[in-house]
Amino acid sequence: MFRSNVLVCGGTGCTSSHSDEIVARLNDELAKQGLSEEVNVVRTGCFGLCALGPIVIVYPEGSFYSMVTPDDVPEIVSEHLLKGRIVKRLLYKETIVDDNTTKSLNETQFYAKQKRIALRNCGVVNPEVIDEYIARDGYQALGKVLTEMTPEQVIDEILASGLRGRGGAGFPTGLKWKFARPNQADQKYVCCNADEGDPGAFMDRSVLEGDPHVVLEAMAIAGYAIGATQGYIYIRAEYPIAVDRLRIAIQQAREYGLLGKDIFGTGFDFDIDLRLGAGAFVCGEETALMTSIEGKRGEPRVRPPFPAVKGLFAKPTVLNNVETYANIPQIILNGADWFKSMGTEKSAGTKVFALGGKINNTGLVEVPMGTTLRTIVEEIGGGIPNGHKFKAAQTGGPSGGCIPEALADVEVDYDNLIAIGSMMGSGGLIVMDETTCMVDIAKFFLEFTVDESCGKCTPCRIGTKRLLEILDKITSGKGTLEDIEKAEELCEYIKANSLCGLGQTAPNPVLSTLRYYRDEYLAHVTEKKCPAGACKALLNYSIVADKCKGCTLCARNCPVGAINGKVREVHTIDVDKCVKCGVCMSNCKFGAIVKE
Amino acid sequence: MLKTISSLPFHDTPEQHEKLVAMLESLKDQPGAVMPALQQAQDIYGYLPIEVQKQIADALEVSLEEVYGVSTFYSQFALSPKGKYHISVCLGTACYVKGSDKVLDRLITKLGINAEECTPDGKFSLTACRCIGACGLAPVMTINDEVYGRLVPEDVDKILAQYAD
Repeated sequence: MFRSNVLVCGGTGCTSSHSDEIVARLNDELAKQGLSEEVNVVRTGCFGLCALGPIVIVYPEGSFYSMVTPDDVPEIVSEHLLKGRIVKRLLYKETIVDDNTTKSLNETQFYAKQKRIALRNCGVVNPEVIDEYIARDGYQALGKVLTEMTPEQVIDEILASGLRGRGGAGFPTGLKWKFARPNQADQKYVCCNADEGDPGAFMDRSVLEGDPHVVLEAMAIAGYAIGATQGYIYIRAEYPIAVDRLRIAIQQAREYGLLGKDIFGTGFDFDIDLRLGAGAFVCGEETALMTSIEGKRGEPRVRPPFPAVKGLFAKPTVLNNVETYANIPQIILNGADWFKSMGTEKSAGTKVFALGGKINNTGLVEVPMGTTLRTIVEEIGGGIPNGHKFKAAQTGGPSGGCIPEALADVEVDYDNLIAIGSMMGSGGLIVMDETTCMVDIAKFFLEFTVDESCGKCTPCRIGTKRLLEILDKITSGKGTLEDIEKAEELCEYIKANSLCGLGQTAPNPVLSTLRYYRDEYLAHVTEKKCPAGACKALLNYSIVADKCKGCTLCARNCPVGAINGKVREVHTIDVDKCVKCGVCMSNCKFGAIVKE
Repeated sequence: MLKTISSLPFHDTPEQHEKLVAMLESLKDQPGAVMPALQQAQDIYGYLPIEVQKQIADALEVSLEEVYGVSTFYSQFALSPKGKYHISVCLGTACYVKGSDKVLDRLITKLGINAEECTPDGKFSLTACRCIGACGLAPVMTINDEVYGRLVPEDVDKILAQYAD
């Protein structure tokens, strides 16, 4: 028995800020103080509050240390772990009540309104040790399914739970399984979509890094339900930590007989292999993903036939997203009614969101469906930094739309988001303030889809390119009113005629910003102004003569030599040379440089 | 994404060749082996010379067109070598909203090359990448395996100075 457990976040965010070095230093220092037998250091998955990483939690006290550096480690060991004195300067501010007491993390604003099902083990277990997962009821659901339930009962339970696909489209998971079950074939497949491509989304990565076994267990359950013996996880190569941990998890599960032949002695065989993606967004689309596992260019196929009939290697296949799988074992153990008791009528359960952009608590949150956007952004997310205002939230990545602040009281679920012109998507939630230009954001997403369009069908390949050209024209001040109309018409055409989800949803960022921020488009076109001050071509930097002291700082820092002026004389900017990089403005100590 | 075949002459060491042959042998009977083969070949050579793609096609008994089709489809496959220090600036949404485009601009000015280019001395190459998942540290860039987060454009000069050797 250890008297203390020190949990260090080993997610991608914290690892990028050297949490592995913190683990090494902790082990060194503990050995030096002779505490190695008394204190256990565990590298876990993501705690969620990435903005404050790297994070270290010491139990039993539950002290939540944030932004820890390797150099803080000796103090944590000698003060807290040796002498029992909490290192107050490193504590997360919100957990400090008065001088020496701290409140539980679950009472802080960030965690209080969260409900963790898919993330229940993230930041709790060591993802590289299967026993820790088993100690948290791991593989019990698989045991229950194999020994007590028929495949039909499993499917009925998932159907009754109301679980819908967490990858974004929200198709009922049970229905998918039900379609695949009766199709006869010598081989069926279960696939997991871990090709989390939406920029700014990292829910699936965190589940895989923090709790890889939950996905393996759920895939085996799906295999039993539809009659498949082989699973594939298609994961982005950009997630090296998740890939490593999955490899370890698969190996351990095989050693324990939880994957492979004759699982639990029931005669059921199931094994899982990994396939790495290579950076193609379209491979998140189900048919493209399967084509990619087959080793080909990841181009989507025409549906029907649907994957339940003819999927991977032309065999019946079920494909679900990581987060969808992460809910399955809990539904089996606790029942469909338990799951249905959370969320809204048509969207049961919880949803994980990756909060990013202009928000204080960047990180990972899991809330019941139906939580309002305002609660997520302003309470859990801690609001907008630097005194700026909440302008809009973007959900659904390049397939979604912008939700204006005025609609922030909408309860977030699949159907409500579609009704207001966005979509749930996989869970990326990017917050924007008033300095974000909505035309520029629409253009940003379109650049992404133009890059990522696979080129198979014309509406998507050519349509998105032409649409981008129109937006380019508008943001560079050359747009006309007619361009806005043309853009709208083109959007509808692309939506209606594209082959797969990528093209069908590519115009959404443009359509939703046109719907809620038409005035910004108009300002770009008629007044040639960017109200948010973001579109470079429409901006000019100038020096306010009254405020300029002639310190020459701006001139010395200008990378293109566009600023003229002598010491103690008012400087001027040569608009023709200026590349609008903003370096002068950030260097000026007198606020003498303005952009408009 | 537009890709061009490297004009540099192809060299490989006996060790690299041996690894490639062994890898192709192990993948020969696996269904859908082209992608794993390209991924592992890129690990061996750092990029995918056309000569290597030919060997992959021969070993897996598929046409070179098919292999080339796959290597040009996926953005992670590099057809030309990278610089000694490969700089990657994240232009994912979270980073973009927090100004990573300005970090990229600064790098372009400082290095005198555009994104997807390599400096003539082969020291730095620059690319704009999609989300690397470190959104909590936005805006982020990486140099080889080192991650630099919470950047402002001015940080670029200091960071580049560390690679002055």
